[in-house]
Amino acid sequence: MVSQIIFVILALAGTALFAYNARKVIRNIKLGRATDRSDKPQERLMTMLKVAFGQTKMAVRPIPFFLHLIVYLGFVIINLEVLEIAIDGAFGTHRVFAGLGGFYSFLIGSFEILAAGVWLACVIFLIRRNILKLKRFSGVEMKNWPKSDANYILITEILLMTAFLTMNAADAKLQALGAAHYTAAGAFPISSWLHGLLPNTVDSLIFIERFCWWFHIVGIFAFLNYLPYSKHFHIMLAFPNTYFSKLTPKGQFTNMDSVTNEVKAMLDPSFVPADAAPGKFGAKDIQDLSRINLLNAYTCTECGRCTSVCPANITGKLLSPRKIMMDTRDRMEEVGKNIDKHGTDHQDGKSLLDDYITREEIWACTSCNACVEACPVNIDPLEIIMELRRYAVMEESVAPASINAMLGNVENNGAPWKYSPADRFNWSEGN
Amino acid sequence: MMAAGEEPEILFWVGCAGSYDERAQKITRDICKILHHVGMKYAVLGTEESCTGDPAKRAGNEFLFQMQAMANIEVLNAYNIKKIVTGCPHCFNTIKNEYPGLGGTYEVIHHTQLIQDLINEGKLKAEGGESFKGKKITYHDPCYLGRANGVYEAPRKVLEVLDADLVEMKRCKANGLCCGAGGAQMFKEPEKGKKDVNIERIEEALATEPQFIAAGCPFCMTMLNDGVKLKDKEQEVKVLDIAEITARANGL
Repeated sequence: MVSQIIFVILALAGTALFAYNARKVIRNIKLGRATDRSDKPQERLMTMLKVAFGQTKMAVRPIPFFLHLIVYLGFVIINLEVLEIAIDGAFGTHRVFAGLGGFYSFLIGSFEILAAGVWLACVIFLIRRNILKLKRFSGVEMKNWPKSDANYILITEILLMTAFLTMNAADAKLQALGAAHYTAAGAFPISSWLHGLLPNTVDSLIFIERFCWWFHIVGIFAFLNYLPYSKHFHIMLAFPNTYFSKLTPKGQFTNMDSVTNEVKAMLDPSFVPADAAPGKFGAKDIQDLSRINLLNAYTCTECGRCTSVCPANITGKLLSPRKIMMDTRDRMEEVGKNIDKHGTDHQDGKSLLDDYITREEIWACTSCNACVEACPVNIDPLEIIMELRRYAVMEESVAPASINAMLGNVENNGAPWKYSPADRFNWSEGN
Repeated sequence: MMAAGEEPEILFWVGCAGSYDERAQKITRDICKILHHVGMKYAVLGTEESCTGDPAKRAGNEFLFQMQAMANIEVLNAYNIKKIVTGCPHCFNTIKNEYPGLGGTYEVIHHTQLIQDLINEGKLKAEGGESFKGKKITYHDPCYLGRANGVYEAPRKVLEVLDADLVEMKRCKANGLCCGAGGAQMFKEPEKGKKDVNIERIEEALATEPQFIAAGCPFCMTMLNDGVKLKDKEQEVKVLDIAEITARANGL
């Protein structure tokens, strides 16, 4: 009975704490400008099913695709087992679904195979990161916390799977010994290999079984509450992120309505804009970005596919699209903490541009969309880069000198070079 | 043509590079030769054309972009233009995707798509000119044609007709590597780094040991040409636009 009460309190506390932190994340995302992405719900749903649920964009790299698929399937399917654990925990039952008979054995057997797969995949992932040191997982932005974060996630998953399999092994042994409560149920294709490692007395087996059971479920609640602080949040946010992703061609950049109003007013003095609130042009800080940009930042799992295909990064420039996303999230977290501490109007004198992302980075972008194409969950670092450029150019008139010269030429000659418009048709005279 | 009250089948949007850049002017003339060869009624805006605003937009100057766009839309609408072919993927992307929101809606195609259409319709073949049979050609995907708008097949189909030996670079189609010119980079010095983007790209292109590198964008053309020159391969490898290759194959 005591354990049931402890379990229920733990479950409620774990869920409540997660809800509290998730609300903060939602509040932070809402610091951004509202963007209407309520159009084309069917196409959006299909995109989500294909890209997030179906993992289609992962397939470009077969090895990580396969390993990630195992972990993903493991995560989704083994969670069915958590349902049983939750019921057992709350009602003091043991293997409440055992009555399903053969189907139950099939389920438990499949969970075990998946759990072993997840275990192995995570070990390989750790090797790739820490021993093989794949280039994709390095870079200036991948030091300290991001580096540890990745390892913590993998180690936690390995521990959870180990607990799950050890629990099953102890359970099966108890079943064989005919211990009370441990009714014979389930099939244990993997954990049966662990029997030799376990003691043979009922008391120690029960201790091990219970310890692993609690470790597994407490671990899951702890992991749930780790998500909002971690890159691992993508396991949830990948779904809304792909749902709200851009559906127009990648080359189509937004036309700023505020500018349209001003340009129309300039061309036609009698024009009265419907919405006369120009506000700031472009983005200096996270509040100037769209909520989609901010959701993107929380969704990023720092896999580095974007950076590994970025022409600027490949050729040694400072720009890294992954860093753009990580900086945006870090700044958003900082602004969120300021709100918690000092209230909504607090200014800390810092901004995303300059304090996090430098001018050198934003001007190195070729706008080639390789990062956008590469992202397995449809994150768009390019849009953030463009918004920062817009701020630099339109609010501050600060750009590299040669860019200013080009802009001057377009304005005066209708071409990015210093040629006379009268010569535009001269090509027809050559051969 | 306009003065005579006639309306063209298609407007050829030449673009700034196609108008002023000496190398790109050749491509412009070859596109015209192809249009003339198939007897298509086309028009150009001549001195009434102005920059689409693409480089301004990518550089962050939305004001200047929209000023250019609205002025161009006014001209295009005044001539009642319905269909546009562009000689540049940047113009193509901007007019096709960004002009409709500002009041300029047209059917817009890139010249490689037009050439493919003409081949499909049987109006254009690869005969009467230089033979590219068995020649090794690698095609560089321009970002604003490929990834930006999903046009990967049209330029390749055009090359297939030549019976050439089409070899792909390691990074091609959706994974194609930028030449380094986009996003207004064409007009500035690159940031500090260990290499220029066009060198990275040309090394990959040269690794396929091609006789020709095919391009579809005047900016890529500049970057790739510079790369070939820097690698001292001008004699062995020629960088040609899809339109130039088509014109040569037809002896135009």
